Amino acid sequence: MSTNQSLRIFTRALASNETADAPTTTVKMRVTNLNFYYGAFRAVADVSLDVPDRRITAIIGSSGCGKSTLLRTLNRMGDLVPNARVEGDVLLDDESIYAPNVDVVDVRRRVGMVFQRPNPFPKSIYDNVTFGPRLLGVNHRADLDAIVEKSLRAAALWDEVKEKLHESGFALSGGQQQRLCIARALAVEPEVVLMDEPASALDPIATYKIEELMHQLRDEYTIVIVTHNMQQAARASDFTAFMNMNAQRAGTLVEFGPTKEIFTNPHQKETEDYITGRFG
Amino acid sequence: MPRDTFGGELANLKNQLLQLGMDTERTIGEGVNALKTRDRALAQAIIAHDAEINRVRYSIEEQCYELIATQQPLASDLREIISILLIAIELERIADHSKNLGEIVIHMGDEPLLKPLIDIPRMAEITQSMLNQSLDAFSRKDAAMGRAVCNRDDEIDNLYQQIFRELLTYVMQDPRTVNRALNLLFAAHNLERIGDRITNIGERVIYAATGQLEELNIERPAT
Amino acid sequence: MSQAMSLRASRTRYALRKFINTLMLSLTGLATLFAIIPLVWIVVYITREGGRYLSVDFFTQLPTPVGVPGGGIVNSLVGSLIVVGIACLIAIPISLVAALYVADHPTTPLGVLVRFSTDVLSGVPTIVVGMFAYALVVLPQRHFSALAGSVALAVIMVPPVLRTTEEMLKLVPRNLREGSLALGASNWKTSLQVLLPAALNGIVTGVMLGIARVAGETAPMIFTAFGNPFFNTDLSQPIATLPQTIFVYAISPYQDWHAKAWATAFVLIAAVLGLNIAARLLTWWRTRRLRLA
Repeated sequence: MSTNQSLRIFTRALASNETADAPTTTVKMRVTNLNFYYGAFRAVADVSLDVPDRRITAIIGSSGCGKSTLLRTLNRMGDLVPNARVEGDVLLDDESIYAPNVDVVDVRRRVGMVFQRPNPFPKSIYDNVTFGPRLLGVNHRADLDAIVEKSLRAAALWDEVKEKLHESGFALSGGQQQRLCIARALAVEPEVVLMDEPASALDPIATYKIEELMHQLRDEYTIVIVTHNMQQAARASDFTAFMNMNAQRAGTLVEFGPTKEIFTNPHQKETEDYITGRFG
Repeated sequence: MPRDTFGGELANLKNQLLQLGMDTERTIGEGVNALKTRDRALAQAIIAHDAEINRVRYSIEEQCYELIATQQPLASDLREIISILLIAIELERIADHSKNLGEIVIHMGDEPLLKPLIDIPRMAEITQSMLNQSLDAFSRKDAAMGRAVCNRDDEIDNLYQQIFRELLTYVMQDPRTVNRALNLLFAAHNLERIGDRITNIGERVIYAATGQLEELNIERPAT
Repeated sequence: MSQAMSLRASRTRYALRKFINTLMLSLTGLATLFAIIPLVWIVVYITREGGRYLSVDFFTQLPTPVGVPGGGIVNSLVGSLIVVGIACLIAIPISLVAALYVADHPTTPLGVLVRFSTDVLSGVPTIVVGMFAYALVVLPQRHFSALAGSVALAVIMVPPVLRTTEEMLKLVPRNLREGSLALGASNWKTSLQVLLPAALNGIVTGVMLGIARVAGETAPMIFTAFGNPFFNTDLSQPIATLPQTIFVYAISPYQDWHAKAWATAFVLIAAVLGLNIAARLLTWWRTRRLRLA
């Protein structure tokens, strides 16, 4: 996609932000002309995207279109891949997270992440939640107790586990484990929470619980969720970005706009074809 | 290509709607014919046929619900199914107006017509043509054509006004004609309502094609 | 009719399949049996030969000269504990840290080098390792010592413990590591606080197997710890160990000492077996507690 085209897309998205979603939204994270390379292979090409503050932004697209890769550039998890390279920039509150003097640890504390498969640590529920705060130097028992309760309540898990905080996180069901991971991410009080297909390993009821939870978190956190479940994006997000592979198999942003609009009346033919399942 | 099955079901549903549309279009012509020729047998047949049209409408409605519930259509698919549903309802109402024409014929019995029918068949022709055109626009997802259909509703409204004034003149000259005049006015009124419903269909065509909800030909207050 | 035919045909195939299945099952069963026969045989034989010499004195007394009845192996028992213990203190931290590095950086030159050298090292005959420890520790000190024995055993222990740990770390799901990094943990905190605990069961097993392996090493002991008929806990002095004691007793011409060799062998085997069972119980208990399975 040309820069012009992407520029047009996001200007339109911005414009519709203001018209479609009555209270004007501010930009929390700004992705500008982002390219991501695995070695010589360009996995994400020229993506520009504004992530609105305290809203749920869904990234949809077919497998391998670079949506997870894009998500991982938002908290520099992409750095972990050997030979990976980032061009362009990602701003968090107008500050580049790729600037040379930026500490990755700070970025990841402000931009938390929840993964596809629940990944509680082989520790107790309590120790799972306090893992992040302890890294930050919180050591007083009373402080940690308060954080555990607050985070587990925020993750809608407190009532289910308050009697067994010192049992293993593995003793929980898949859905509970995922909410534990959300609680663990919230414990360091991030501003943005990235979710990489957080419900793809869960049954429908557990999935709805996660979506409900996202909706509650929306008041305090900016959420970016990658999902290949379009219904989930339609149900649970305020804004939707559709990504697709270009001819060189690099992921590009095709369309970004209010979810209601993307799912009833997308502007790009590619989006329409994907959403209605007439792909290819 | 993925979703061929769903695509097939949607195409089939669209076909059923177009069939229903042609059937409905026919009832308008038959209604006015029955009025012109005072054919009570034909009028009875139109009234009887309305039950069949209702049945088809409910069948289409049910299939729409099933597709929505089981296939979670989105974007243009969603708009198309919703439009099919709403157009089917409009068509059923149009057929009800045709049925009203039949009932007028039976109600009139052997009473002679107040005046030779000129404008009423004209109205019927235009509505039939509009209906045909709107269904064509729907099957082609042609928003411009849908909008053009809506614009033609003005012709219907003008004819209706003309008939209204004409009948009023008859009644003023001879108040005893009021009963016969009202019968014709009622027939014209039904045709005028058919025009409005076709305008609604035109709006659905535009929505299905573009996703825009526009209200066209807002009723002007009668002059 | 045709259905009946095909049913009959499938019944023949079913019989054939069942026969092959039974045959293969018997073969694998037989092979398993052959594999465990030596173990059972050794345990039974050593228990019969060595068991009858066991007494409380055997564990608490020093060796007696030839012909003097009684006497025990307390010096070798304590000696083995000391030598193996010190070897563990040297080898386990090195192995774990190196394994963390190799598991994390399998493709860097250093990672490749470490892996290659451990492979080579695990193929080096233990007697050569003994000579190496002799050159490294014994020569400068000018006398045999327990420490030299520990160094030799530590060198032998590193490769298996390192490789097992590496494999166990690789089995830890990648997203556990990512989960920790995403919370802002540094690489080494992630390794120590998340990866090691997650892989602990396997690592403990690896360490236990490593201990079991070196506890029975004889050849390197001859150049290093040397042996000592007296009770010694001084690391800088020669010290007796179980395998070296077995060796000395077994090659002696005395009937009496042969019996003691069997009894010592029994103690060694029992200790190794006991260690293995303890390791299994430990991991089983931990797994149950954390429901890691």
